[in-house]
Amino acid sequence: MSRHHWRGFINALMFGLTAICALAAVFVLFWILGFLVVNGGRSLSLSFFTQLPKPPGELGGGMANAMVGSFEIVLIASAIGVPIGFLGGTYLAEFGNGTFPFLIRYTADLLNGVPSIVMGLFAYAVVVRPMHRFSALAGGIALSVILIPTTIRTTEQFLRAVPQMLREGALALGASRWKSITTVVVPAALRGVATGILLGIGRIAGEAAPLLFTSFSNQFWSRSLAQPTASLPVMIFSYAISPYADWHRQAWAAGLVLLAVMLLLNIGARLVLSPGAPRS
Amino acid sequence: MMGTLAHSTSSGPPSAGLAPPERMQPKLRISRLNFFYGAYQALHNIELEVAANRITALIGPSGCGKSTFLRVLNRMHETVRGARVSGEVLLDSEDALAMNVNQLRRRVGMVFQKPNPFPKSLFENVAYGLRVNGMRGGSRLHEAVEHSLRRAALWDEVKDSLHKSAYALSGGQQQRLCVARALAVNPEVLLLDEPSSALDPIATAKIEELLFHLKKNCTIVIVTHNMQQAARIADETGFFLLGKLIEFGKTETIFKNPSKKETEDYITGRFG
Repeated sequence: MSRHHWRGFINALMFGLTAICALAAVFVLFWILGFLVVNGGRSLSLSFFTQLPKPPGELGGGMANAMVGSFEIVLIASAIGVPIGFLGGTYLAEFGNGTFPFLIRYTADLLNGVPSIVMGLFAYAVVVRPMHRFSALAGGIALSVILIPTTIRTTEQFLRAVPQMLREGALALGASRWKSITTVVVPAALRGVATGILLGIGRIAGEAAPLLFTSFSNQFWSRSLAQPTASLPVMIFSYAISPYADWHRQAWAAGLVLLAVMLLLNIGARLVLSPGAPRS
Repeated sequence: MMGTLAHSTSSGPPSAGLAPPERMQPKLRISRLNFFYGAYQALHNIELEVAANRITALIGPSGCGKSTFLRVLNRMHETVRGARVSGEVLLDSEDALAMNVNQLRRRVGMVFQKPNPFPKSLFENVAYGLRVNGMRGGSRLHEAVEHSLRRAALWDEVKDSLHKSAYALSGGQQQRLCVARALAVNPEVLLLDEPSSALDPIATAKIEELLFHLKKNCTIVIVTHNMQQAARIADETGFFLLGKLIEFGKTETIFKNPSKKETEDYITGRFG
């Protein structure tokens, strides 16, 4: 084989390999999606969204309380995690040279690597123990500890990607440092930052481990944020390990709902933030 | 011709070159200016007076300190860590290095080498400086934006698309937008750092024509790599080399009859 042919062969081979791997990655996603639709779709009905869980042995029922509970817990986590993470990330991006910012950045990266169940243990120790009860609040705090470091780092990344000359343009017009950040730098990076934050929220919305011993679960509606609260991921966990076939189907259905919400969140964010917004 | 070094020749011919500096108050008076990046000294003992309502060009090879010098005039150097300056910069006999920096930058505007419009609409770009200085929306803001765009010779091209993104403009239009944006706050001095180095000859000609009109109401200092540009538009020219101001005087003198060998070598293209 001539050298020329050999090169062509290698080129085609590598092209094929990369394409196959790329397809494999996407294929897994569709495989999961297919599983969820096939196994969970049958249990999806109006009552799944409106009714409370039925006791074992009775067919039907729904997860209305777990959906509301997940929403509450994620809302608490976002209310704590997004402002802290966003402002912290802004600090690192705009004022972040020196030893102290370096330590913060390093700590955030370490926090990012801490297993989520350890965050649950932490919230158990500092919230559940003093309150003497499981609660949506404790679950929200556990999830916020996961959300903060990811938000800090994505915010920092996207703000740093804003060209220096935009900052200089604002400063040269007499804007203060703070003004230039709020009126030029953050708007220029908003799309990326918001997408990053939403991905982070999507990630914590699917976490079960940190909720197992913080928000725990509940077969009924919880009357306050200081009560044990059902959530979709924990319901999936407890239904999936149960011995009942109907609960297994419902676990699949809950998985499908969770995935659908995340997809909608993602697509919605991109749609809302895209029109007219020039890329930074 | 040492007399032309470091003092203004702002009042017209014939004996302007020898006029004492007191005759006309310079807009900017820079004395004993030294500049350091950390331990590296980028500017050495610069003495220079910028005449009001004139175009002053700064030329010299890359790395000679002319851009650094320009950025000291509105203290943009303060965004660089480790930058340190000593000496005196007077703006109308006020200490520019001591006054409130945001105040200074409102009075001394800047246009950068690459067009840097904000990712906002044309209107919001021009209105930006007015808004950060406290002007609310309304007819006054609209008038100011239109006025600035007219001064930057951009109004006729963009008046129907004020709410489109600034990124939809061509490079030359973007740079004139940046000029309009700087003019909106009515600066007394306009600094331009190689404003046409990223533009084609037609866009460059437009910028030059624009500067020529602007000097009626504004003092202009322009850094340029392009010696023809300096010769075309500048009333006075300073030649920088290795962080020193080698020669400063009337543009015609600098180009036709320089008093320093280095200047002559640079002008005639023997190095640089």
